[in-house]
Amino acid sequence: MKISTLAWRNVITNPLNLILNIILFGLGVGLISFLLLFNQQLKDKFDNNLAGIDLVVGAKGSPLQLILCSMYHIDNPTGNIPIKTAAPVLRPNHPLIKKAIPLSLGDNFKGYRIVGTNHEIMELYNGKIESGELYKNNMEVTIGKAVAVETNLKIGDEFSSAHGFEDDQDLTHDHASFKVTGILAGTGSVLDQLILTNTASVWAVHDHHEDENTVENHNHDAHDENADHTDHLHDNSNSDLLQHEDKEITSVLIQYKNRTNFQALNFGRNINENTEMQAASPAIEINRLYSMIGVGTDTLRSLAIIIAIVSALSIFISLYRSMKERKYELALLRVMGASRVKIFMLIILEGLILASIGYIFGALISHLSMEWMAGYLKSDFRYNFTGWVFLNEEWILFGVSLIIGFIASIIPAIQSARSDIHKILSEK
Amino acid sequence: MIQTHDLSFEYPGGHQFNFPDINCKENEMMLVLGNSGVGKTTLLHLLGGLLTATTGGIKIQNKDITKLFGAELDLFRGQHIGIIFQNNHFVHALNVLENLMLAQSLAGAHRDKQKCLQLLERLNIGHKAKSKIKFLSQGERQRVAIARSLINNPSLILADEPTSALDDFNSNEVLKLLEEQSKKIGSALIIVTHDNRLKDKIDKKVILS
Repeated sequence: MKISTLAWRNVITNPLNLILNIILFGLGVGLISFLLLFNQQLKDKFDNNLAGIDLVVGAKGSPLQLILCSMYHIDNPTGNIPIKTAAPVLRPNHPLIKKAIPLSLGDNFKGYRIVGTNHEIMELYNGKIESGELYKNNMEVTIGKAVAVETNLKIGDEFSSAHGFEDDQDLTHDHASFKVTGILAGTGSVLDQLILTNTASVWAVHDHHEDENTVENHNHDAHDENADHTDHLHDNSNSDLLQHEDKEITSVLIQYKNRTNFQALNFGRNINENTEMQAASPAIEINRLYSMIGVGTDTLRSLAIIIAIVSALSIFISLYRSMKERKYELALLRVMGASRVKIFMLIILEGLILASIGYIFGALISHLSMEWMAGYLKSDFRYNFTGWVFLNEEWILFGVSLIIGFIASIIPAIQSARSDIHKILSEK
Repeated sequence: MIQTHDLSFEYPGGHQFNFPDINCKENEMMLVLGNSGVGKTTLLHLLGGLLTATTGGIKIQNKDITKLFGAELDLFRGQHIGIIFQNNHFVHALNVLENLMLAQSLAGAHRDKQKCLQLLERLNIGHKAKSKIKFLSQGERQRVAIARSLINNPSLILADEPTSALDDFNSNEVLKLLEEQSKKIGSALIIVTHDNRLKDKIDKKVILS
C-alpha cells in the first residue's frame, strides 16, 4: 500500500472533520476564484468593446456616462448634439480622422437598443452578416446575434420600438414599424446586443414620439408622408447627414488615422474647450472606472485572504488533533517498518489532500455561482458572462492552496515524525 | 536467532535496568517473567529496536541491531521482528486485510493478498478480512494482531502481555496459537508477561527482578 493511499484513506475516514475542512477551505478559495473570474471577464468585456475607438464625441456631461452609453450601451445618453455642431468631426476627408461613426439612440425593442448609424460600425466590431442583408432603406434593421436569440426575431419580422432604453409596453410606438432584413453573426462584443438601422429611421420614430406628446388629433398619414420626404437620406453617409443640419444625433465614435499624431493627442481637448460638445477617451474613462470599482475588489480580496488564513488554521487544527488521536497508529506504522520520513510525508500528504479537495470544492462553488450570476448580469447589463471558463490564475490559486495545505501540515508532520515510539507504546 | 549480552538501559531520570543475557533459537519459545516496574516493557522495546540500549548488544539474524539507526532500523524491524502489543493498535482507516497488507508493504515486501487471506484463515478470522477494526471483538483483534506479527515471516516474534487480560480458556488458546504459528514459520517467540499462569507451560524462562 502506497503512503499516498494511506493518506487518502486517513482523510476520508473522518467525514465530519473532512466536511468542515472542505467548507472552510472551499469558501476561501471560492471567493478568491470568483473574484478572479468576475474581474477577468468584466475586463475582457470592456477591452473587447474598446474596438479601436479612440474618442467619443457627444453632448456635454459626464465623460464616463458618454463612454458607457455610446460604447457599452449600459447608460443613458448625456443628451443629443445638432448635426450643425458635430459637422467638423463628421466632415469627410478630415485630416486626422479615419472613421467617424454617428450614433443615434432613443428607442429600444424588449430592452435591446436601436442604434441609428452607418455600416462602418460593422468594421469596428468585426461584425459579419450571418443571414439576410444589412439594412438599406428607412425602417429596416439588422439585429445582433443575442437580440435574434433572445427575442426570436426572424428575417422579415416587423416590430414596434419603445421609447427610452427599458422594456416598457406603455411606451411602445404603435405605428412605427421596423422590419428585420438581416441577422449578424456573434462577435462577443456589444454589437451582438444591438439593433442597427439607419439614422433617418431613428429620426422618423423620434418625430412620431414628439408628435404624440405635443400634437393632438394629428393626421398621421399626412405626417408620415411629410416625414419621409424631409428625413429621407440618400445613402446614410456622413455627407448625407451634413445635409440635415437641424437634426440631431447622440454621439460620434472616432478612430484616428494615426493615434500618436500630435494633433490627434490634442484633438479631444480642443473639442472640450472650443465647442458645445464633449470628447471622452475610452481608455482613460475605463481605467477610471476600474480604479473606482477596484476599491470594492480590494476589500473583498482582503476578506478572502482572511478566510484563507482561517482555512489554513482549520487544516492545521484538524491535522494536529487527529495526530494526537492517532499517535498509537503512527507509532505502529514505525513498528511495522515505516521511517520517520515516511511518517512526515504521510501527514504532509494528508494536508495536501485536504487542501486539494477544498480547492476543487471552492472552484466548483465559484464557477457555479458565476454561471448563476451570469443570468442576472445578462438581464441587467445584457452582457454575457459565463462560469465555464478556466483562467490561468486559477492554476496559481491551486498552487497557493497546496502551499497553504503544506504550511498547515508541517508542524503536525514534524511532531509526528519526531515522536518517541517507545514512550507512546509504553503508555497503558 | 536472538542473542543479547550485557544489555542495560538508563532512563534520563537516572533509573537503570540491567538485563540478563537472552538466547533464543528458531522454533524456540521463551518466557520473560517479572512483576510490574522491573523493566519488562523496556526489555521488549529494546529487543524490538524501539529503544536504543545504553550498553550491550542485540544480535538478530546475526545482525547487531544496536548498530542500526533511523530508516535502516525501522526497515529491519518491519522485516525481521513481529511485535504483539498488550493493547492492540491498528490503522483504523483500513480494514483487517488492508492492515495486514500495509504491514507487508511497509516492510518492503511484495503485497500478497492470498498470503494474508490464508493467514487470517489459519487464525480462524478469514470471515473478518473485509471488516473495519472497530467492528471486531477484543478476541478477534488479538488474532488480527497476531496475524500481523506473522505476516512477514519474521525471525523473532515479541509478545507483550498477550494473555493477561484473558480468562484461563482463552489464555490457553492464545498461547497455543502463538506457539503453533511461530513454529510454522520457524521464528523465535519471546513472551513478556507477569501472567504466572504461563509459568508452567513454557520451559525456557528468564525472570526479571
